[in-house]
Amino acid sequence: MVNLQMTGAQMVLKALEDHQVDTIFGYPGGAVLPIYDELAKAKETNNPIRHFLVRHEQGASHAAEGYARSSGKVGVMLVTSGPGVTNSVTGLTDAMMDSIPLVCISGQVPTHLIGTDAFQECDAVGITRPCTKHNWLVKDINDLSRILHEAFYVASTGRPGPVLIDIPKDIQFQTGTYIGPETVKHKSYRPKLKANIDRIDEALKLIAESEMPIFYTGGGVINSGNAAVQLLREFVRLTGFPITSTLQGLGAFPGDDNQFIGMLGMHGTYEANMAMNKCDLMINIGARFDDRITGKIDEFSPNSKKIHIDIDPSSINKIVRVDVGLVGDIAHVLEDAIKLWKSKVYKINKAPIKDWWKTIDKWKEMDSLKFEKDKETIKPQHAIQRLYDLTKEKDAFITTEVGQHQMWAAQYYKFAKPNRWITSGALGTMGFGLPAAIGAQVAHPEKLVIDIAGEASILMCIQEMSTAIQHKLPVKIFIINNQYMGMVRQWQELLHDKRYSHSYTDALPDFVKLAEAYGAKGIRATTPGELDKAIKEMIDYDGPVIFDCIVTENENVYPMIPSGKAHNEMLLGNESEKEEISEEGKVLL
Amino acid sequence: MEDITSKHTVSVLVDNEPGVLARVIGLISGRGYNIDSLTVAEVDAEKHISRITIVAPGTEETVNKMISQLERIVPVKRAVNVTYEKHGIEREMALIKIVSTGEKRVESMRLSDVFRAKVIDTTHDSFVFELNGSPRKIDAFIDLMKPLGLSEVSRTGVVAIARGTEKM
Repeated sequence: MVNLQMTGAQMVLKALEDHQVDTIFGYPGGAVLPIYDELAKAKETNNPIRHFLVRHEQGASHAAEGYARSSGKVGVMLVTSGPGVTNSVTGLTDAMMDSIPLVCISGQVPTHLIGTDAFQECDAVGITRPCTKHNWLVKDINDLSRILHEAFYVASTGRPGPVLIDIPKDIQFQTGTYIGPETVKHKSYRPKLKANIDRIDEALKLIAESEMPIFYTGGGVINSGNAAVQLLREFVRLTGFPITSTLQGLGAFPGDDNQFIGMLGMHGTYEANMAMNKCDLMINIGARFDDRITGKIDEFSPNSKKIHIDIDPSSINKIVRVDVGLVGDIAHVLEDAIKLWKSKVYKINKAPIKDWWKTIDKWKEMDSLKFEKDKETIKPQHAIQRLYDLTKEKDAFITTEVGQHQMWAAQYYKFAKPNRWITSGALGTMGFGLPAAIGAQVAHPEKLVIDIAGEASILMCIQEMSTAIQHKLPVKIFIINNQYMGMVRQWQELLHDKRYSHSYTDALPDFVKLAEAYGAKGIRATTPGELDKAIKEMIDYDGPVIFDCIVTENENVYPMIPSGKAHNEMLLGNESEKEEISEEGKVLL
Repeated sequence: MEDITSKHTVSVLVDNEPGVLARVIGLISGRGYNIDSLTVAEVDAEKHISRITIVAPGTEETVNKMISQLERIVPVKRAVNVTYEKHGIEREMALIKIVSTGEKRVESMRLSDVFRAKVIDTTHDSFVFELNGSPRKIDAFIDLMKPLGLSEVSRTGVVAIARGTEKM
C-alpha cells in the first residue's frame, strides 16, 4: 500500500476513484472551489469522473438517488456550504426514508470561521443529523481519507442510506497523507448479514404448516441486490404462494406473473389487501409495515402469524409484533432458507393452498383496477396503460413525481425487473421525478427513461430541464395533466365536502412551449384517438420530451383504503359503484 | 410483554466522537421518547469509548424500540436495559443545600447522619450535603429536607451497571 501526500481536494477525487465512482451530480460555490478546481484539472488528465451540473441542489440529490436506485451503486453529490446544504436536505431526507445509498460532499467555511455566522455558513452536520444515516465534519486533513472511506462503507452496507461529509475550505487546500480504502475499517459499525439458522427453521415450519399464506415484499429485496431478487423468485415459485409488494418493492417479482396479485396498501388491489387481511401466515421480506400498507393497525391482518426478514433490527416489532423476526441481509437469509427447505424436504399444504388460491381468484374477479373509458377525453389510467403497452418491450426505467399519477403508474405499469421503478415513497417528494429520471438516464444512457409526472409536481424541479438539455439526456416527461393537485383534490372531495381549497393549479405554463423554450420537444395529446401516435412520437424522438397529456379532471385513484380504516374497508370506486360493490363486499367479508 | 409504564435505565456504549451525544439525544426527542435523566462520560480513554446512561419512562415495549433505534446510530456500539428491577445497580450523587437555623438546622444534620450524607460546606445558616445512593434514596432525603430549609439541589443523574459477571 502506498501512502500519498496530496491536498484535501485531491483526496476527495482520489477516494471517488478508489470507490469506482465515475459520476457525480453537483453545483459549485465558494466553499467547494478547490474540489471543483481539481475536477477541472482531472478533466485535462482524462480522469474518469464525470460531473453533471444541475440547476438546484435538490436536483442533484434526486438525480443521485435516481442514479443509485436504477444502478444499485452509491449516488454521489457535491454541493457548496450554506444554501448548497440546506437545498440538499429534501433529497437527503428522501434517501434516508427510502433507504438509498448517497454520499453528499459539502463545502464548509474555513475552520477558523466556523461558528461566526460567516457568509454561506450553516451548521451542516447539525441540520443533516436527523436526515442522514451518519455525517462528519472534517477538522483535520489527516482524518479526511479515512472519513471518505467510512462514508462509502456506511452508506452502502446494512440498511443503505445517505451520508454527508462536510469539508471546510482550508482543509481542502491543506496537504496530508492519503490512506487507501483497504486499510480503513470502521470502529464499530458491522451490519449483521446472516440470520440465526434455528430461527430460519422456525420460519420454514410456519411456512410448511400454513394454509392461507402470503408473501409481502418490499424495497429491501431490491436494495439487497440482484441475488436477493433471484432468490426471492425461486422461493416464491418453490412454494407457489401468492405474493404482493409494497410500492418500493415493485419489480422484485414480475408484475405480470400469475402468482403476483398486485400492489397492496392504500391504493393496492382488492385481492392483495383482502389476502393480507385474511391470511394465516404473512411472510414479510424487506418491508416495514408502513402506515400506507397496514391501514388501521389494530385490525391489521388479525388472524395471521407473521415472519419478518429485515436487515434493520429496529424495523422488527416497530409497528407490528411478529412471531419470527429474522435480522439479516435478504439474499443471505433466503439462500439459507431455500437450502434448508430443500435439505429438510419441507412440503407445502397442497389442498388448502389450492382453496386459498380459489378465494383469491374470487377477489380478483372484482377487477378492482377497472375504470370506464371515455371517447372524448383521456382517462389517466388509460394513458398509463397505453404508455405501458407501448414501452413494455423496451425495458424502460420509470420515475414519478408524487400524487395520483404516481399511484396510477404503480397500478397500471407492470415491472418485469428490479431497479426499473424509481419513486419517492416514504417522504413523498413532489419534484422528485425529473431529476431522478436524469440520474437514471446518466446510469443507463441507452435506455428509455420516462418520468410519469403530474402538472403540479413537475413544476417543483422544472429547472432541471436545462440539465437534461446540457448533458444530452433524452428523458421523457409524461405529464398526466388534470389541472389539479389531484391527490389533494381527491382527499378534499372525500373528506372535506368537495371544498377544493387551493388545489386547482391555475396559471399553468403551456408545456409544449415550455419544452421548446428549453430546447426540448413538446407534444400534447387531448383525445384518446391521438394518444398512441403521440406516445410513439415521444419514444422515437432522440432528445428530451415534455408530453402534455390532458386527462379527465376529476378522476380518483381507486381502490382506496381511507386513512384509519382496515384492509377490508376499501372503497372500490365512485359513489354509484361503491354501494353496489359494498353489498357484494359484505358477502365476501 | 407488560404494558406498564415505569422508569427504565438504559446504558449506551458509544464511540466518543464529536456529535455523538447530539445524535443520541436527537434520536430520542425526534422519535418522541422522554428522558428523565442522562449522564455521559468517557470510560475507556484508549479506545475512546463513552458510556451514556439514560433514564426514560415507558413500557417495556417502547423502551425496547428505543434501544433498537439507538443501536441504529452508527457510533453506538450497544444499548442495554440495566434497570434496577431487572439485574442492574443504579447510583446517583446529589449536592443538597439547606438554609435554616435553630431546630430545623439540627434536625437536618440529624437526618443527614441517618442517610450517611456528608457535609461538604457549612456556614452558620447553611449546609451543603453530598449524598450517594440509589435515586430513590436521594428522592427520599430531598423530601425529608423540604420542610427543613431545602434551598437548592444538584443531581448527577443515574449511572448504572449490570450485576455479577455480565459485561456489556
